[in-house]
Amino acid sequence: MANQAITADMGHAPAFHLAEEPHHPEGHSTPLGFWLYLMSDCLIFAILFAVYAVLGGNFAAGPSPKDLFDLNLVAVNTAMLLLSSITFGFAMLSMARQRKGATLAWLAVTGLFGLAFLGIELYEFHHMIHLGATPQRSAFLSAFFTLVGTHGLHVTFGTLWLVTLMVQIGRFGLIPANRRRMTCLSMFWHFLDVIWIGVFTIVYLMGMLR
Amino acid sequence: MSVASTSQSILFGKLSLSALPLNEAIVVWTFVVVAIGAVAVLAALTYFRLWGYLWREWFTSVDHKKIGIMYMVLGIIMLLRGFADAVMMRLQQAWAFNGSEGYLNAHHYDQIFTAHGVIMIFFVAMPLVTGLMNYVVPLQIGARDVSFPFLNNFSFWMTTAGAVLVMMSLFIGEFAQTGWLAYPPLSGIDGSPGVGVDYYIWALQIAGVGTTLSGINLICTIIKMRAPGMDMMKMPVFTWTSLCTNVLIVATFPVLTAVLVLLSLDRYVGTNFFTSDLGGNPMMYVNLIWIWGHPEVYILVLPAFGIFSEVTSTFTGKRLFGYTSMVYATVVITILSYLVWLHHFFTMGSGASVNSFFGITTMIISIPTGAKMFNWLFTMYRGRIRFEAPMMWTIAFMLTFVIGGMTGVLLAVPPADFVLHNSLFLVAHFHNVIIGGVLYGLFAGMIYWWPKAFGFRLHPLLGKFSFWFWVIGFWFAFMPLYVLGLMGVTRRLRVFDDPSQQIWFMIAGFGAFLIFLGIVCFLLQIAYSIWKRDELRDETGDPWDGRTLEWATSSPPPAYNFAFTPVVHDNDAWSDMKKRGYQRPLTGYRPIHMPRNTGAGVILAGISLVLGFALIWHIWWLVAVSFVGLIATAIAHTFNYNRDYYIPAEEVTRTEEERTRALAAAGV
Repeated sequence: MANQAITADMGHAPAFHLAEEPHHPEGHSTPLGFWLYLMSDCLIFAILFAVYAVLGGNFAAGPSPKDLFDLNLVAVNTAMLLLSSITFGFAMLSMARQRKGATLAWLAVTGLFGLAFLGIELYEFHHMIHLGATPQRSAFLSAFFTLVGTHGLHVTFGTLWLVTLMVQIGRFGLIPANRRRMTCLSMFWHFLDVIWIGVFTIVYLMGMLR
Repeated sequence: MSVASTSQSILFGKLSLSALPLNEAIVVWTFVVVAIGAVAVLAALTYFRLWGYLWREWFTSVDHKKIGIMYMVLGIIMLLRGFADAVMMRLQQAWAFNGSEGYLNAHHYDQIFTAHGVIMIFFVAMPLVTGLMNYVVPLQIGARDVSFPFLNNFSFWMTTAGAVLVMMSLFIGEFAQTGWLAYPPLSGIDGSPGVGVDYYIWALQIAGVGTTLSGINLICTIIKMRAPGMDMMKMPVFTWTSLCTNVLIVATFPVLTAVLVLLSLDRYVGTNFFTSDLGGNPMMYVNLIWIWGHPEVYILVLPAFGIFSEVTSTFTGKRLFGYTSMVYATVVITILSYLVWLHHFFTMGSGASVNSFFGITTMIISIPTGAKMFNWLFTMYRGRIRFEAPMMWTIAFMLTFVIGGMTGVLLAVPPADFVLHNSLFLVAHFHNVIIGGVLYGLFAGMIYWWPKAFGFRLHPLLGKFSFWFWVIGFWFAFMPLYVLGLMGVTRRLRVFDDPSQQIWFMIAGFGAFLIFLGIVCFLLQIAYSIWKRDELRDETGDPWDGRTLEWATSSPPPAYNFAFTPVVHDNDAWSDMKKRGYQRPLTGYRPIHMPRNTGAGVILAGISLVLGFALIWHIWWLVAVSFVGLIATAIAHTFNYNRDYYIPAEEVTRTEEERTRALAAAGV
């Protein structure tokens, strides 16, 4: 809007208003707004990563990553999330071709991968707590559970959103509002993938090196 | 005294009748007065059948102007509460000498200084700043509303819900006794087993959601909704400072959210982030909270700088001197504000090198700030200055803020800080900059934009009384604190031993009394002006000979702000339009696309309030119910696709013709 400066012909009185209503396409600010939200969320994760970096070695004579982490399990879990990102990409491609059924199908697959990821994560948490590695045990475990748990909570909300959006697409079709929501959810989903890469690297891989 | 009780019932959690502070006579009497007032207000609203009007026209409104006004009302109401706390502290400190305990016990006094800080920053300064930005920015950039109008309404109600929680803590249970930033281990569950810190946490978390979302909203608005022709370097300075402030909000409030989540986990779950055992590290809290906390003061003061810029240029009848340098100074302050947080705890063991770094970055901030000061002075130089109330506040700001800035640079020198840290010198310094900077700016802004919002001016004489009481009261109230600080008096003390210090506290108390008169005159000014509004009426929409676009439309502006979207060719767009003989178009109106009101924001914030209350009192069933309710309502709201409507061209025509007649009657 602001870039299309109206060049004033200096001989005549310049136009000081638009005769027609300017056309703002519906939701023209939404992608920017959602990006800003994601960056604010990213900052929350940045703090949790920083906290983990500071406290990650404070085992308080309790278990350390080597005692707790099962890299094979984490690798499977990572694969679940990465695959869900790919299938979300397929859903976006189907949406671009206006294929509602395929979009919904790919969303369903994405949701299942998300649930698989959550299931494995919950199993891992359960297992650790069973071993006595609770969030209360040491600052390392507090930071671990909070960082990984916050990511898991995001995936949970993402899944809830995904189901809601599937209902909405099913009912109202791929209307502009729903396409915009798909764009936002897609950004959210990939964002969580990027965060997970950080978690995988900094918490699990580097944790095993401590 | 403490309401911590080990017994918890399933139905009420930690809440029981003993949570009511019935043994605190002061609180009981406050409650009686507040309750009578509240009943009177509610009865009046019911009697005059105003509930439907308020609900339809205000509470559910997505109009940025109405939301802006509601923010201002919230801020002014909370100012009265925060100021009552201030007066109580001044009285206690002037009283408690020569073996006297004063009239406040420690439990109560510690809550008061905590509540005073929390309320003044989060529920006075923030709503007032956000309110002004909300009201003015869309008008200044020639937009019809903000980018996300529903979100705007929701943000306001979340801020209000936070304020309501703080107010509830006065009568149900207790507030934190930790100071306004609630450092652990004192704020941990061992140091503060009661619900005070929980009130603090959840009030700030709920309000923080609102603040962050409103920050995102205003950034999008400024980036995406500017009128054609208004490129970034043609934006009014207030819009620029608002942009920088909202960038700071979005880039810092998540830090506050995260650090408060960690504190809550320590308190509720028993994790060890900030505990002193099992590997916890309390210093991390201090660092994290100031990474938010320092930019926060710039969040407050940058919009004030913007207001002073608008006021100075309007009331000297000149273009702002050094617009470009003003913009760059604002941006530089925005960036530097992230690099100074450690100066809040030089004494807490960071070592000489780290302290030097942060001392130097702190001093560097005074350079762009000084540049701004010179820009204002050079704008006034050889201008035709009109000493209307906003300009008087601006000049008072320049004198006051420079002193506060200099004591700030003094505190930025680490060796000096080791002497002055945590003393009343510090208290005097930050009141000097926050009152002299933010509050004076807010008063200037409120008086300056009042005629725009309501169509009549504020009464000038009462405004001048308010001004002089405030300014003189400020000097009486805070200069003694500098002296006491240099004498070594630490902050947050309840009783004193050295009788020679009492006179200074009495002078400070007298200053608080003058400020009280200033506040009374301010409220009287509003009441009297509303009463005499017909005499103070302004039909032109441009009572001050303004320079920016908000003065191009009527006062108060119609729901759609501008009948036609303005086109901008120069800085000070409205001034440019007037200079070049712009004629207001009288025909050719089009239907205007506008957002529709919704009650979802009120409902979501109301449920959040219940959720917060349940979390504070450990009423777990209510936590579950309200949390599920919150999610369900939010999802239900997304099924509402019917969010906009068109104002028909006939209605626009009717509104604009009314304005034409009003302008003709006023002889414009």
